[in-house]
Amino acid sequence: MGYTENDLAKDLENSEYKFGFTTNIESDRAPNGLNETIIRYISAKKEEPEWLLEYRLKAFRIWSEMKEPNWAHVHYEKPDFQAISYYAAPKQTKKYESWDDVDPELKATMAKLGISMEEQQRLTGVAVDFVMDSVSVATSFKAKLGELGIIFCSFSEAVKEHPELVKQYMGSVVPVTDNFYAALNSAVFTDGSFCYIPKGVRCPMELSTYFRINEANTGQFERTLVIADEGSYVSYLEGCTAPQRDENQLHAAVVELIALNDAEIKYSTVQNWYPGDKDGKGGIFNFVTKRGLCETNAKISWTQVETGSAVTWKYPSCILKGDNSIGEFYSVAVTNNYQQADTGTKMIHLGKNTKSTIISKGISAGKSQNSYRGLVQIHKNAHNARNFSQCDSLLMTDECGAHTFPYIECKNPSAKIEHEATTSKIGEDQIFYCLQRGISEEKAISLIVNGYCKEVLNQLPMEFAVEAQKLLAISLEGSVG
Amino acid sequence: MLKIENLHASIDGKEILKGLNLDVKAGEVHAIMGPNGAGKSTLASVLAGREEYEITEGTVAFEGKDLLEMATEDRAREGLFLAFQYPVEIPGVSNVNFLRTALNEIREYNGQEQISAKDFMALVREKSAIVELDAKLASRSVNEGFSGGEKKRNEIFQMAMLDPKLAILDETDSGLDIDALRIVANGVITLKSDKNATIVITHYQRLLDYIVPDFVHVLYDGKIVKSGPKELALELEEKGYDWIKAEFQH
Repeated sequence: MGYTENDLAKDLENSEYKFGFTTNIESDRAPNGLNETIIRYISAKKEEPEWLLEYRLKAFRIWSEMKEPNWAHVHYEKPDFQAISYYAAPKQTKKYESWDDVDPELKATMAKLGISMEEQQRLTGVAVDFVMDSVSVATSFKAKLGELGIIFCSFSEAVKEHPELVKQYMGSVVPVTDNFYAALNSAVFTDGSFCYIPKGVRCPMELSTYFRINEANTGQFERTLVIADEGSYVSYLEGCTAPQRDENQLHAAVVELIALNDAEIKYSTVQNWYPGDKDGKGGIFNFVTKRGLCETNAKISWTQVETGSAVTWKYPSCILKGDNSIGEFYSVAVTNNYQQADTGTKMIHLGKNTKSTIISKGISAGKSQNSYRGLVQIHKNAHNARNFSQCDSLLMTDECGAHTFPYIECKNPSAKIEHEATTSKIGEDQIFYCLQRGISEEKAISLIVNGYCKEVLNQLPMEFAVEAQKLLAISLEGSVG
Repeated sequence: MLKIENLHASIDGKEILKGLNLDVKAGEVHAIMGPNGAGKSTLASVLAGREEYEITEGTVAFEGKDLLEMATEDRAREGLFLAFQYPVEIPGVSNVNFLRTALNEIREYNGQEQISAKDFMALVREKSAIVELDAKLASRSVNEGFSGGEKKRNEIFQMAMLDPKLAILDETDSGLDIDALRIVANGVITLKSDKNATIVITHYQRLLDYIVPDFVHVLYDGKIVKSGPKELALELEEKGYDWIKAEFQH
């Protein structure tokens, strides 16, 4: 059954969430529950090759034997995996030849999200692969990218058009056995994005995907695979909003990045999923596995601004396999009300002269709990490895919590590892100073917080940085106590 | 411009201001002097609108409006400026961004248009020259890593940018060497007009060698106990505050 505007009206008692709305597009939906039959259903719906079905079934069997992790500093009611529908796709799956062909209601959804496509195309040169309920419905700039040999498409399309690449790299960085949620994703993922940059090509525009959870009660199991071939460069943007829901929704994505020799990948995320209401009811569970692999002289840079979700469990990581490879992690994580975030990174140094930088800025407000969890691992052959970590926490109230769990494992004596950490409370003196200059309290908080996060926001592409700044301000409205 | 009548203010239940009266007219410079703990900084904080202080009695009219009813930011927007004794650092927020935000909020409140980037930068150049503030400091984070003298100069620079009706300088001379003192004082003098007024709160006479006050008031035990012409400041410098204390000890 489709979710209608009437259902929505009932659900929308809490109108605080700006992006809380649904689009009334008919959808194809799998019955609730998870078993081999459902997996075969998903695979058949997507007209997948046999090897991929086998991949899913193997992952399902592994997942069935696994237990949910509970080491993170978060508390929540575990999702009932048999009460979730694992597949929902908008009924019109046909690809649009031109923008005019796109369903007006879909256009309206995008307009509400603030991403007018024409405008994006015209003004920013961003090619948007818009994923709604797991099926990619509109892709732009494909022709231009195609001239350079760049492949940027939905994951399903990649499975059909470029099976050799998918087969070679899928699961090579995040194996199905990696963790509970990665295994679940490997079994039931419905779509996602795929990107391949050929040798020596510098992608001329930011590649961007907007994810959006639109169907009631469907978990989202996105899968992203980015491959930067030797000497290539790509900057990839991922931004998210979701309509609000009373019941918790599960999101367990897998993102794999592969940077071959001398390649560079910059992956930026702004995450703004429904965080639940003021009393901690509802909100998205965001259990994501993101990892990149660097070959010789390669570089991967993760930048994230996390303001949404009720519970976040996310550690974008780098495996610095090749000599002289570089990993970077820049993060701002904001929690308000009853949100809980346990986020950080892993930097695995395998090659010689590998370098990693971690800049983490946590902001806790309301009664929320915000944890940084990071691992810096220097293996025995990683001569002259270097790491610099800086973990700062900003507290907005007396009732919130900030926690830092830095792990360091070093097996090579030539390594240099630095760790700095600070915790501060937003200063009443700072706010008074701003007020005395005529600046309102809301703007003052926004200024102070954006200043605090500057090192991270500076890493984001321009338009994204502006959006992120607004998000920070919205997330922290009226939160000083 | 400013009329304070019988002002009583306390913090944590302790009364600091005990019936203070002051009348400041446009074009005037008033110096408020007094020993430590007399309530000088409390007066500045209360006028600016710090929430920790409780006003138990009295009235303050600013341009005919009830100042005590106004929110802190509205007082600023109405033209009240406080040069802080200890200017606050705001890491990561550039001075220019901070000032542009402030200026535009004030303009919006007063029904004016936002200032254009070009006009704003021209204003920054013009006003930073008044306090001989390095242009680089204008683009650095607010007060972060500034020396004591730079912070005070930055306060006067902000004052110049926001062009207030009433400026309150809270111990602006403290911690300044003689050159910085001269620069800060010159800045204040340059900004003086018959439309604005200045209250200089200070412990020492030396700032008043540069900024010559029309009136000097002695604040003691939460009240203004003596007012006079600028010569009073010299007398205080010479004799200290003990004779005042002796006179008013109960």
